[in-house]
Amino acid sequence: MANINMSLQKNPMPTQTPKERASNFEEVALGYSEEVAINEAMRCLNCKNMPCVSSSPVKIHIPEFISKIKEGDFEAAYQIITKSSSLPAVCGRVCPQESQCESKCVRGVKGEPVGIGRLERFVADWHNTFCNEDPKPPKSNQHKVAIVGAGPSGLTCAGDLAKKGYDVTVYEALHTAGGVLVYGIPEFRLPKAIVKKEVETLEKLGVKLETNVVIGKTLTIDELFEMGFEAVFIGSGAGLPNFMGIPGESLKGVYSANEFLTRSNLMKAYVDAPSTPIMKGGNVAVVGGGNVAMDAARTALRLGADNVYIVYRRSMDEIPARKEEVEHAIEEGIDFRILTNPVEIIGYNNPDDKKDSKNGCVTALRCVKMELGEPDARGRRRPIEIPNSEFEIPVDTVIMSIGTSPNPLIKSTTEGLEVNKHGGIIVNEDGLTSRSAVYAGGDAVTGAATVISAMGAGKIAAQAIDEYLKNN
Amino acid sequence: MYRIIEKKILNQTVIQLLIEAPLVAKKAQSGQFIILRVDEEGERIPLTVAGTDPILGTVKIIYQVVGATTKKLSLLNEGDYLKDFVGPLGVPTHLEGLGKVCVVGGGVGCAIAMPVAEKLHSMGVDVTSIIGFRNRDLVILEEEFRACSDKLIIMTDDGSYGEHGNVTVPLKEMLDNGEKFDMIITIGPLVMMKYVVETARPFGVPVTVSMNPIMIDGTGMCGGCRLTLNVDGKKVTKFACVDGPDFNGYEVDFDEAFSRSGMYADFERHAYEETCNLYKKEVQ
Ligand SMILES: Cc1cc2nc3c(=O)[nH]c(=O)nc-3n(C[C@H](O)[C@H](O)[C@H](O)COP(=O)(O)OP(=O)(O)OC[C@H]3O[C@@H](n4cnc5c(N)ncnc54)[C@H](O)[C@@H]3O)c2cc1C
Ligand code: FES
Repeated sequence: MANINMSLQKNPMPTQTPKERASNFEEVALGYSEEVAINEAMRCLNCKNMPCVSSSPVKIHIPEFISKIKEGDFEAAYQIITKSSSLPAVCGRVCPQESQCESKCVRGVKGEPVGIGRLERFVADWHNTFCNEDPKPPKSNQHKVAIVGAGPSGLTCAGDLAKKGYDVTVYEALHTAGGVLVYGIPEFRLPKAIVKKEVETLEKLGVKLETNVVIGKTLTIDELFEMGFEAVFIGSGAGLPNFMGIPGESLKGVYSANEFLTRSNLMKAYVDAPSTPIMKGGNVAVVGGGNVAMDAARTALRLGADNVYIVYRRSMDEIPARKEEVEHAIEEGIDFRILTNPVEIIGYNNPDDKKDSKNGCVTALRCVKMELGEPDARGRRRPIEIPNSEFEIPVDTVIMSIGTSPNPLIKSTTEGLEVNKHGGIIVNEDGLTSRSAVYAGGDAVTGAATVISAMGAGKIAAQAIDEYLKNN
Repeated sequence: MYRIIEKKILNQTVIQLLIEAPLVAKKAQSGQFIILRVDEEGERIPLTVAGTDPILGTVKIIYQVVGATTKKLSLLNEGDYLKDFVGPLGVPTHLEGLGKVCVVGGGVGCAIAMPVAEKLHSMGVDVTSIIGFRNRDLVILEEEFRACSDKLIIMTDDGSYGEHGNVTVPLKEMLDNGEKFDMIITIGPLVMMKYVVETARPFGVPVTVSMNPIMIDGTGMCGGCRLTLNVDGKKVTKFACVDGPDFNGYEVDFDEAFSRSGMYADFERHAYEETCNLYKKEVQ
């Protein structure tokens, strides 16, 4: 290739300034322009052995699509990506590329890897802006498949099957499709219009969407078969929030991250005159260090908090959130209290006035200092409490963001469906569960993971369902 | 979209609706609830299923106009549609193996207690109902209760109808007189349920209470509906939407539930006034 850009750095992502964005819910990262995208594409060496592809969870043909960007043929680039990924505009924004495709990029050995995620986003956005051709529903093969849950795993499975001619119905418990993409990840990181567009594309492909149906309550898996569905895919996610079990977690002003984010995102508590309330302002402590914690902290900031703390028991090196989100959070002024672990939430109590409306409201988070000990089985250094290191952070709101587990609802209403000790549905390599013709994937199987792994699982199951129904 | 088939005003602030929702109608049992949204920007509110007709595919709900959303709901009429209606959620009330039961309802909670009494009656259980209201104008469902109760006692706070006093007065009297209930099932304001539990405690009668904390999803996803139970001296957190709404009254931490229920009191008052103002403007 004649033209190679040997810059050691990625083209920086244009963003709203930290000051500007800390008080609005618009998208932080603005995306590459055509010129910048081509310039970044020129950094790709088009390696023969393609290490990036092997570390992409859905095996996108990365050098191939980047070559098309170099040529300025963005639509061709898009067509290459959509062969492997059904939600490119989403993945380009939220995937942890630094630990996936970009982690093996040769350019990363000396300098930064090629900005694969940024290029993926550019291509998807370009397509969504300039190509509005509706997909045509393929010829029906008369086979009916039901999908439980409209998150990334369910939507991917639905899309792949619809493209093969299956009659697909997606059942979603909430009033909107998208799963975590709509109730969890905030607007400033993933605009809801993008998710809506992806869902509409599926509907144009012929996928039927039934919201307000809780499988296990409104209908059971067995009833789906009675209704004529020949296979079922369960992509119900890992929505059950964990709490720490420390005193004070039921005080007024303590939220699970799921509740806080759902109020803000799904129920739009961030708009001017919301119909769903949320605690705003004051000081906010978010407990945890994952993507969810970053989202909760940055949402609290945008809702008008004076100070927002991330309280995390390990050090900055162990923080599991995407690198870019941590950087953005720091730029916006989120205060990281690392090597710190909460032991109690303190509440207001006026002994003279039982009717005082402030009674039972959070006033402080009592914490201990931690240090890192020996690595555990997974190689992560274990945090150990430093004796007599207790101190208090004055706060009005505490958001618990210490993980979620799969919801037991479907398991408890489906005879013969086996789960592991964490509540994850047990599947084989094809996504098949212990029940015949019932498949599962995404967070419902793995526990809270990533959008791309959920999509990958949806794809594998779609393939397996197709094989199964073709041969039956 | 879910059509309103019938609307009936039960008293100044309590309204009964029949909603077309065939899947819910087929499944719902007494004690379970639904969550609805009036319109696209609306909040999600839980309401107990007050009855179903599986053949016509309708679900009966009864609600009191207390906040912005119930105000908006009260402005809809027969033929209008609700944006969302999901259910049945929660665990049905456990009614098996009971011979004699006292059902204690308070205010709009009577709307939730009524189907329970009806179900018990149809199972051949001896039902005593005590229903309480603030005054005569607020009395609802008297005929319905009469039809399914072996004994019905109506109480009003001001004595303007039925007997004068709280629901705990006749309950205590009966227990003192040696009446034996296998179970007391109580549904109403938190304070009332707490005192029903305290009244029953010395007699050791099991009490089932129906909790209605603030909810969003109703599927166990947010934890906003959590409450604390004291089980054998240990504190246990439960989610009312999936583990309830019924709980053993002796285990519920009522004070905490009461405190949590007031979390958004200011917001709600404000939103209610806004909605009323909007409505007034529209009328003008
Ligand atoms: C705040 C937040 C930020 C995140 N950030 C990132 C990120 O930056 N990058 C990344 O890769 N990952 C991120 N994740 C993780 C990622 O979103 C999830 O791993 C992914 O969404 C899992 O997809 P899924 O399809 O398995 O489940 P979900 O997205 O959870 O979807 C499950 C759907 O099923 C529905 N459902 C559940 N039970 C039932 C039932 N009984 N009947 C009918 N429907 C049901 C749910 O309502 C939901 O819509 C984040 C997660 C959160 C919460
Ligand atoms: S309402 Fe969200 S968990 Fe119960």
